Amino acid sequence: MAIVINAHFNWQNNRGKGSLKYLLQQRQIVARFVKGDQSTSQKKAKGRAVAAKIAAEVCGLKVPRRTFCNNIAAREHEENLGLPNNFVHYDIAIVGGGMVGMALACSLASMPLTKQLNVAIIDSNPALEGKTCIKKEDPPDPRVSTVTPATISLFKDVGAWQYVQQHRHAYFDKMQVWDYTGLGYTRYNARDVDKEVLGCVVENKVLHSSLLSCIQNTDLKKRIYPSRLNSMTLHQNHLPTMMDSTSSSFHASLAKLELSDGNSLYAKLVVGADGAKSHVRELAGFKTTGWNYSQNAVICTVEHKTENQCAWQRFLPSGPIALLPVGDKFSNIVWTMNPKESSACREMNENDFVKALNHALNYGYGPHPQSNLLGNNGDIFSWFRRDLTVSANECFEVPPDVVKLVSGRMVFPLSLRHANNYASKRVVLIGDAAHTVHPLAGQGVNLGFGDAFALSRIISEGIAVGTDIGEVHLLKKFEVERKRENIMMMAILDGFQKAYSVDFGPLNVLRAAAFHGAQYISPLKRSIISYASGEQRLPLFS
Amino acid sequence: MASKLLNRFPTLNNTAYHILSLPFLRSTVASPFLVHTRLYSEDVSSRVSNRSSLNQVELAKFSSIADTWWDAEGPFKPLHVMNPTRLAFIRSTLCRHFQKDPYCARPFEGLKIVDVGCGGGILSEPLARMGATVTGVDAVEKNIKIARLHSESGPETANIEYCCTTAEKLVEEQREFDAVISLEVIEHVADPAEFCKSLAALTVSNGATVVSTINRSMRSYATAIIAAEYILHWLPKGTHQWSNFLTPQELVLILQRASITVQEMAGFVYNPLTGQWTLSDDISVNFIAFGTKNSQ
Repeated sequence: MAIVINAHFNWQNNRGKGSLKYLLQQRQIVARFVKGDQSTSQKKAKGRAVAAKIAAEVCGLKVPRRTFCNNIAAREHEENLGLPNNFVHYDIAIVGGGMVGMALACSLASMPLTKQLNVAIIDSNPALEGKTCIKKEDPPDPRVSTVTPATISLFKDVGAWQYVQQHRHAYFDKMQVWDYTGLGYTRYNARDVDKEVLGCVVENKVLHSSLLSCIQNTDLKKRIYPSRLNSMTLHQNHLPTMMDSTSSSFHASLAKLELSDGNSLYAKLVVGADGAKSHVRELAGFKTTGWNYSQNAVICTVEHKTENQCAWQRFLPSGPIALLPVGDKFSNIVWTMNPKESSACREMNENDFVKALNHALNYGYGPHPQSNLLGNNGDIFSWFRRDLTVSANECFEVPPDVVKLVSGRMVFPLSLRHANNYASKRVVLIGDAAHTVHPLAGQGVNLGFGDAFALSRIISEGIAVGTDIGEVHLLKKFEVERKRENIMMMAILDGFQKAYSVDFGPLNVLRAAAFHGAQYISPLKRSIISYASGEQRLPLFS
Repeated sequence: MASKLLNRFPTLNNTAYHILSLPFLRSTVASPFLVHTRLYSEDVSSRVSNRSSLNQVELAKFSSIADTWWDAEGPFKPLHVMNPTRLAFIRSTLCRHFQKDPYCARPFEGLKIVDVGCGGGILSEPLARMGATVTGVDAVEKNIKIARLHSESGPETANIEYCCTTAEKLVEEQREFDAVISLEVIEHVADPAEFCKSLAALTVSNGATVVSTINRSMRSYATAIIAAEYILHWLPKGTHQWSNFLTPQELVLILQRASITVQEMAGFVYNPLTGQWTLSDDISVNFIAFGTKNSQ
């Protein structure tokens, strides 16, 4: 009998919550009319704040369950006066509004199950206010990214690619890779795998503004906080103790973020998309593995006499130099070298630098590889002749001459870093915060985009079955899926980086053999292209 | 799916007699995370009072590990891992039955659902997040306390009503729900037929009833008893009694007798390589059935 009564009483109590919310709303409306001596602007501010809070969920109001009416009014008054410190409750807080963070937001906005989520984006970058406009006459920014076809199709799915197409972007369908020894070269062509393009080179600011435009055209409830993250408290215990049940509010189980401008917010899930030196990763206590490459990358934009439609990469003794088309007659240079040389490169005057570039790309360090047309090579590769790729027939070409330097030279140190875990309760890392790679294959940001789209898909699946999106199980599903792919790619890139940084006779011959193999063994070439395009999960397994 | 099963039925009379005569011979083993539902019919009450001392011991055992309900790595881990799969089935069948938009984030808005044998609330909370008005019922007081405490941690789940009671008591209170869900409970009940009648009484006319349990087959003996309890130690020994398991045919029959027509049935399959459960047509071990109450 006692059990029945107890149950009934609790049922009444729980039902009381709905009427409490109504009561609070009534109190606020009455309170506004009663306080007639305030200025209109103060009233407006309060009205807006009150309206915003009514619109937010009940937990946004710091009211424990069993308070009486006059206490509620008093607390409301307190909260109204302390406006800057509003504790607002979001579903997802994305720390870092760069390309990968915005890609996540776009993806959430485009899916039916996630587009009703409340998202906060925390980034002090003024570009997020949407006021910067990209002019066509500007020379290309040296910070560019190569997006793979897989990333392009993901962008198309969320509707962001149309914005990229309005600005400068350069598709390329050919690629040539060779090294300074002149013993071998490989040419890749998109037609080897029956595709139109191998990738597209786009400036980072174009990608970022396209994602921003895309998200502004959706209904996603978002708020951009133009400040930095100061501290973060993640929910520690899996269950509050039985003793303090009455005082535990909803906030105890959420993640609390404190920003540099004094705002605090609560979120069910914190996404760390804040780059290689991730603050979220540090605050969440994720350890990383990795090492610094004793190399720096020098990047700049250059101009040619004619249009360049091929991507070139030459491995030099101290690191590869890459020439990527960015559209019109411009190309982007990414030259990896040791730190002493990189400072020298930055200091030297423009003409000398252009000469050094041409030297590195063309005639310096070693001879050009021989173009072995397949007819001459004959016997060894004759049984592949049926299955020939278009590019196997192509001769070695010399990259176009650099005529002028059109931007400043930027230098970045290179390293390999991988977070041991991407996720724990209420926090997850994506993009460079989780992994940084060598730029030699242009894969870094593509891995990040892959993370963002995978995370949004997994969040959507979680919401479909009513999971709390900050739950570890769900986030670990994301981690397992992405870790596999990211580690595979990182291992391959690191292997390449090490293999090409040693000048040792037998190793050079091995590398030459590798070049020849990739050039003439069609199945190998096809799987390399598919893997680098982001379409295949594992290399060599087609 | 259900019609295929019905066609495969042998003569039902023998099975029915078998079920009805068994309860008095079965020993009910209350499990740590499941409802220990006792039927308060006159015949069984004497046995209840004889076994009340045994129950206290078992209840104390469950109370000791009840705190680990929400520890995702603790003894209830297999249930946590299986949960999303069960919810996927419930979501798809209920959305179809009540004609709700499956692409909506809160498709159960406006539905009253009762979770009989809710334990720590691992099913009730996702249902509440999907918009339903949920009532969670369990006979173990500690489970209800844990469930209530955990549900306070979020605004959507704070409205779940938890009661430490049984399905029969709810029937006495004349409560009715649009959907009655009772997962992994019926194999621990003294009289499954009476239990199903209570579940049916709690369902409104044309409402939904979802029951999941373990099949009584050779394979389930090998998997759920030997592998799960003795080899992998997923469950404490003695959690399940193989003789208490119901075959799908039996479940369909007793639900039919309680005027619930089983519309869909699916099985859960565990992939040891990925550690994930998936829905499949294989009902030889774990299975879940969705039925609708006949309209009167």
